[in-house]
Amino acid sequence: MTTNDYVIDAEGLRRTYSGGFEAVRSLSFSVARGELFALLGTNGAGKTSALELLEGLARPSGGSVRVLGHDPYTERAKVRPRVGVMLQEGGFPSELTVRETVRMWAGCTSGARPVDEALDLVGMGKRENVRVKQLSGGERRRLDLATALLGRPEILFLNEPTTGLDAEGRRETWELVRKLRDGGTTVLLTTHYLEEAEELADRLAILHEGRIAAEGRVDEVVAEYPSQISFELPDGYHLGDLPPLGQLGVTGHEVAGRTVRLFTDRLQRAATGLLAWAEAAGVELRGLDMRSASLEEAFLNIARAAKSDEREAEVAAR
Amino acid sequence: MSTAVVGRMAALTRAELTLLVRHKAVLLAALVLPVAMTYAMRPVVGDLELARAGISPGAAMMPMAVAFVLLFGVYSALVTVYVVRREELVLKRLRTGEPGDVEILAGTAAATLVAGLAQCVVLVIAGVVLLGVEMPADPLLVVAGVLLGVAVAGTTAAATTVFTRSAEGAQITIMPMMLVSMVGSGVVVPLELLPDKVASVCELLPLSPAVALVRGGWSGQLGAYEALGAVGTAVAWTVLSVFAVQRWFRWGPRR
Repeated sequence: MTTNDYVIDAEGLRRTYSGGFEAVRSLSFSVARGELFALLGTNGAGKTSALELLEGLARPSGGSVRVLGHDPYTERAKVRPRVGVMLQEGGFPSELTVRETVRMWAGCTSGARPVDEALDLVGMGKRENVRVKQLSGGERRRLDLATALLGRPEILFLNEPTTGLDAEGRRETWELVRKLRDGGTTVLLTTHYLEEAEELADRLAILHEGRIAAEGRVDEVVAEYPSQISFELPDGYHLGDLPPLGQLGVTGHEVAGRTVRLFTDRLQRAATGLLAWAEAAGVELRGLDMRSASLEEAFLNIARAAKSDEREAEVAAR
Repeated sequence: MSTAVVGRMAALTRAELTLLVRHKAVLLAALVLPVAMTYAMRPVVGDLELARAGISPGAAMMPMAVAFVLLFGVYSALVTVYVVRREELVLKRLRTGEPGDVEILAGTAAATLVAGLAQCVVLVIAGVVLLGVEMPADPLLVVAGVLLGVAVAGTTAAATTVFTRSAEGAQITIMPMMLVSMVGSGVVVPLELLPDKVASVCELLPLSPAVALVRGGWSGQLGAYEALGAVGTAVAWTVLSVFAVQRWFRWGPRR
């Protein structure tokens, strides 16, 4: 793949706020045309700060960013007609109705879809005469999406598109986003719903403290983290009564009260060994739970690792 | 301007006009206040023995009416509009779209500016028809005064948002401009009646040129030199405000 195939290309991107806070520290990633890329991160990880650089709303403090081959900040006029943006929240006068809002945006968009078509795309046709201030959080997100889609953008920037939506609304939005992707639209999405990224993303990056902590396809990111088995130790048994953990392929364990948590890269082998032992010993493993590594696990691990780093740094500082 | 720019400005202006009509408090303040204040000030104007200073009723009333429109209908209304749109993230959201920064600012202001201009026209007609004010001696100066006044009020409004955090805060941040203009720009007391030294400083205030040009247009007693000076002062304030806006305007709320 040549660099020309990338419609979004960030290289060493940095953003430092006037107070000296570094929200984005050396961020590099590329998104290919037609790809759906998700940016995940803990709160305050720098998702929105990074997205604003890609959207051209702010000038980076360092590094470079190209969107469709242009600088989105200095060459705004060239980029804007080809992208659609949904901010994290709001952006519409509260006293305008849904239809008036979309009409205003259509007037500001070259080659805009008809207002009715945009409203129907997100299922807001029935709410067209309701004022923005009376909409629910989920309805506002849909109105936002409708305006972002007005210009049939080549790239869609979606900042937490389903926050505030109920389960059904979320499914509908996923369906729509998937359809747009299938139609060739490149989508850059931030979300704090991990299932959303698992469901939609071709590739994703987990952002932590302004840097990418993990990147790749969902299965690639997840593969770096162990599967888990957890259960309650039967009465009268100790950890040492279990078969040797190394032989089971267990790479680590945690004990909290009577609950044991085993980590392994070879879930089937560890599970088989454990269950065979339990069967032979005639004990029941209460609360037994086995799971492959998930995005959630990867995410929590990154957050946890960072926290212990912080603690170490604090201890070292004393 | 390309047709695309015209289309975008039209869309923004239409939305803002809708909002203006819907926002009863702002509409009332913008439309009724200048008329009511002008009417209420009539006896005061009579007491000033303006006749002795050679100032006709039109030359006293009309600049005052225009100044009230510029201050209440344009300046203070527009500060509120900008700040509210910023708080609602409307300005930031618009910047993700095709309109340029100037288009966003102008489009957001257009409805208020047009309403202000329309009100000036209505007040002039009402003055002449209902209050028996004489016709202006030099209508061109009046037009120049009103247009420059709108330019100054509009751009200083945008500049005022730089140090205004919220819509509530706007009630305070607009005060310096409002008070200084009322007292020092010859709105109520013509600058001709002030001591020379004070007057020559007051001439440099943001709204003084508009008042001087409208008054001069009515009285026909403004020399070319003074008129040019007023135009220059108004342009300087506009340029200064535009510079401040370019440099410091905030598109999103402080969080």
